[in-house]
Amino acid sequence: MKTLTLLFLLMTANATFAAVEYRQFDNAEQQQSYQSLISELRCLVCQNQTIADSNADLAQDLRRQVYEMLQQGKSKQEIADFMTTRYGDFVLYNPPFKPKTGILWLAPVVFLLIGLMAVFLIVRRKKSASVELSPEKKEKIRRLLEKGDAS
Amino acid sequence: MLKYIIPLILFIILAVFLALGLNLNPREIPSPLLGKPAPAFSASKLQTTARDGGSAAIGMEPMRPTEEKLATADLKGQVWLFNVWASWCASCRSEHPVLNQLAQQKAVMIIGLNYKDEPEAAKRWLAQLGNPYDVSIMDQDGRIGIDWGVYGVPETFVIDKQGVIRYKHTGPVTADDVQKTFLPLIAQLQAEPS
Repeated sequence: MKTLTLLFLLMTANATFAAVEYRQFDNAEQQQSYQSLISELRCLVCQNQTIADSNADLAQDLRRQVYEMLQQGKSKQEIADFMTTRYGDFVLYNPPFKPKTGILWLAPVVFLLIGLMAVFLIVRRKKSASVELSPEKKEKIRRLLEKGDAS
Repeated sequence: MLKYIIPLILFIILAVFLALGLNLNPREIPSPLLGKPAPAFSASKLQTTARDGGSAAIGMEPMRPTEEKLATADLKGQVWLFNVWASWCASCRSEHPVLNQLAQQKAVMIIGLNYKDEPEAAKRWLAQLGNPYDVSIMDQDGRIGIDWGVYGVPETFVIDKQGVIRYKHTGPVTADDVQKTFLPLIAQLQAEPS
């Protein structure tokens, strides 16, 4: 059993190692830039993953591209621009605010406002619906209840 | 009455949005390269026998077969199709007969980008299925692909005489696409002054 477990662990370990790429960086700052860039760029083949998460061929190529450009001393902005001129804003997980992406950025705020307004209206209506009883009516209710108890 | 109409209207709006969303193709990402000059390349050709007399037949200067490389500058002044393909790509197989047929019409020069492929496998593929390309260039490490914003093979670009990308099609081209989109566009571009 122990050998089986070991074998199993070895097999899974192998699978994860296969996805790791060896990259050497000049300094920690460059490595930081690399990590943040690859986790902000979308893999266009598997669209809900970043190129850091994805093991698709294209993601590997794009990671290589990012790495090489950093080695050439390109800034993060330059690399992001390089990607957007080729793949469009869609490649950025954090797209810039412009007329085209306006809906994307504003819709959540608009929906939140609509929701708050709805809550406000409902609460107000509920409040006005609860009728204040006059003392005479209250007295009448009390008398009716007492009568019911007596019988 | 209003109490019933408002939810109904909201439901209809939601349904319309969802229906539109279902019919959109998330694979179709608008290319920022449209209307821009085609990214330059100079790449080794995949050595094959090109389709016979293709370019010569439409009055274009035929490519010299001795040249090892093809560059975008060599294609200035002509309308050309840039088709990204690979032997490992399944939908390329379904697209291939359509390209063969288009090549037979000799309406346009077809340049292939053999994307991240083994040259031997690519040659076998062309020998087996026919070669619609005037020239195929090789992009084994995918760098030309990145320059062209390629993300899903097959992709097809239409480049005008000025070297500007005028149209991009993602996914396999169908016979219908050729009739309705490609041929009219090619005719229009061929008529433009170079």
